[in-house]
Amino acid sequence: MTKSSVDQLVEAGSEYHAGFVTDVESETLRPGLDESVVEYISARKGEPEWLTQWRLQAYAQWQQMREPTWAHVHYPPINFQSISYYSAPKSQTDGPRSLDEVDPELLRTYEKLGIPLHEQAALAGVVADPAAVGTPAGANVAVDVVFDSVSIATTFKETLAEAGVIFCPISEAVHSHPELVQKYLGSVIPQRDNYYAALNSAVFSDGSFVYIPKGVRCPMELSTYFRINERNTGQFERTLIIADEGSHVSYLEGCTAPMRDENQLHAAVVELVALGDAEIKYSTVQNWYPGDENGKGGIYNFVTKRGVCAGPRAKISWTQVETGSAITWKYPSVVLRGDDSVGEFYSVALTNNRQQADTGTKMIHMGKNTKSTIVSKGISAGGSENCYRGLVRISPTAQNARNFTQCDSLLIGDRCGAHTFPYIENKNNSATIEHEASTSKVSDDQLFACQQRGIETEQAVSMIVNGFCKEVFRELPMEFAVEAGKLLEVSLEGAVG
Amino acid sequence: MSLLDVSDLHASVVTDDQTQPILKGLNLAVAAGEVHAIMGPNGSGKSTLANVLSGRPGYQVDNGAATLDGTGLLELEPYERAQLGVFLAFPYPVEIPGVSNMEFLKASIDSLARARGDAQPNTAQFIRQVRELASSLDLDPAFLKRGVNEGFSGGEKKRNEIMQLLLLDPKLAVLDETDSGLDIDALKVVAAGVNRFRNASNGVVLITHYQRLLDYIVPDFVHVLSNGRIIESGDKNLALELEAKGYAWLT
Repeated sequence: MTKSSVDQLVEAGSEYHAGFVTDVESETLRPGLDESVVEYISARKGEPEWLTQWRLQAYAQWQQMREPTWAHVHYPPINFQSISYYSAPKSQTDGPRSLDEVDPELLRTYEKLGIPLHEQAALAGVVADPAAVGTPAGANVAVDVVFDSVSIATTFKETLAEAGVIFCPISEAVHSHPELVQKYLGSVIPQRDNYYAALNSAVFSDGSFVYIPKGVRCPMELSTYFRINERNTGQFERTLIIADEGSHVSYLEGCTAPMRDENQLHAAVVELVALGDAEIKYSTVQNWYPGDENGKGGIYNFVTKRGVCAGPRAKISWTQVETGSAITWKYPSVVLRGDDSVGEFYSVALTNNRQQADTGTKMIHMGKNTKSTIVSKGISAGGSENCYRGLVRISPTAQNARNFTQCDSLLIGDRCGAHTFPYIENKNNSATIEHEASTSKVSDDQLFACQQRGIETEQAVSMIVNGFCKEVFRELPMEFAVEAGKLLEVSLEGAVG
Repeated sequence: MSLLDVSDLHASVVTDDQTQPILKGLNLAVAAGEVHAIMGPNGSGKSTLANVLSGRPGYQVDNGAATLDGTGLLELEPYERAQLGVFLAFPYPVEIPGVSNMEFLKASIDSLARARGDAQPNTAQFIRQVRELASSLDLDPAFLKRGVNEGFSGGEKKRNEIMQLLLLDPKLAVLDETDSGLDIDALKVVAAGVNRFRNASNGVVLITHYQRLLDYIVPDFVHVLSNGRIIESGDKNLALELEAKGYAWLT
């Protein structure tokens, strides 16, 4: 008699589809970190004095801090002196980069990654009007690509400029819009917020900068693709998004890395500022290399993401689909300062093999009538550990604040773990806080029910898991929801022998 | 050659701490166009037969064979048996939250088409066909958008099984206590569905506790299963006799 129990599905190793190395000549800084490295990075980017000082200050603070150990993850100590803090493809070293100057090898990289490349036409300079690109209306996406430490290309820049939208590498914004950068950099996540945020503040290399002017609805999705290519490098990108009063923007980031035996560090910082009546929707599809089935290699994804609803009726919505990384440590949060502001967090975190994830959110209610929604779906397979950690804090000033939290865990097999750590701190008795949690398994009965209708095992698992995640996928921009569904399928493909 | 041939089948239920023999030399031949009812006391092995034929995990074949159109079933994966044309209507259909009924049916019919080398059905036609089937079984078309069996009543779940039967049109339908928990109206709907399915080229194995179902689905043969073997076979009158006398006189 054949057996098709869930246990068998999780035995084999996973297959990582973005695990290639791109052969481009790079200029990579020697490993190690001290003040001179911080100064080198700053000088390499020709930064103004205030920013050099800001970095050095962060570095000094970082030296005083200790690595956090409270997360439910385990890894050997990181040697911060063995990491290179700056790497740039050589062909990009010189001066301003127009789109058709992009190294074809890199373009091939992004093609392999399946970046939504209707931009390819634009990248090749063929199409001037993005509206004429052969995709359904509204499907245009402007992309900024960060390869190791530098930003390679930002597409559709001109179209965006017509709307008054600024979308460029942050290294460029430092020069072109210093007043905005200086005003908002570190305003949401201070340099010494935590160990990795401090490290990032000292050595951040590049990332995206977005400014949406008052009352403007950004005419297209904005997107950044991050890729770590070089060996022994860390990636420390920094993203800053400012939505001025009454504006609206939807932003998506995607991440990949080649397969390496060593662990690589990714310590990013993302700051969002939504002024009154503004709305920021930030979606992440994270597919960093997770390591092999025995837990060798993979990215340490230690990321700080936070947004502030600075004015009344502002709204920030985080949606994340996390399938990659050896370890994920990340809590996209919203500070609800403005009255009637809204924070949302929709998350799918899938771990397989030896992956570990400790992820969740913080909703800090300060303004009156503020509202937050948290929907977290954790899926654990293989011998992985998946943990939701969330904080809902209602300050004394947050009259009539409301929170709804739903945490669901799905287990595949019996060697993995799912944990939920919800923290609720309520200092205002007018608040309404709801918390729902569930843990379930992909049961043999469900699998058999699918198989009995002719559906093959792998597809059955993927269908059940996708069903479990439906509430979150609904929140993603449509084309990325499809991508996310496929990504789950790929990540689970490994779970099926 | 029959459509389904089961010969000298021995099988056990496997749990964590023990293996318990249930089927002890069962023989059954179902020809195309026939409906065979299987009755018998609790624990006699009726559901085990259904589960072993369809390949449910947790069972072990100790001896014997089962073939569909001459192809051995017992060494195949459950989905391969389904692709060959074995359909099991579940006594307790499972819920699959978040996977809509329509999505599930499409995945199923596409898998079957792929395995058989047929073209995948046109989506618009498929949706229309499913909607028509649903309403013919008194199922609200809104059900098709909901998760598979999610929050369905017992009767709705059973009607959903019959809808799948009609849609997938297998060679062999094994209905495991499809009548349990149904009120008389739902029973009639389900029976009408099975009668609509029946034709000269397919076969039905109908597992039931109650004669009542056989008033609506008239079987060609009735078998009594006891202690893992068929101990008595007859026509529909055997069921009436069982109804009157119970099983004790046979065992």
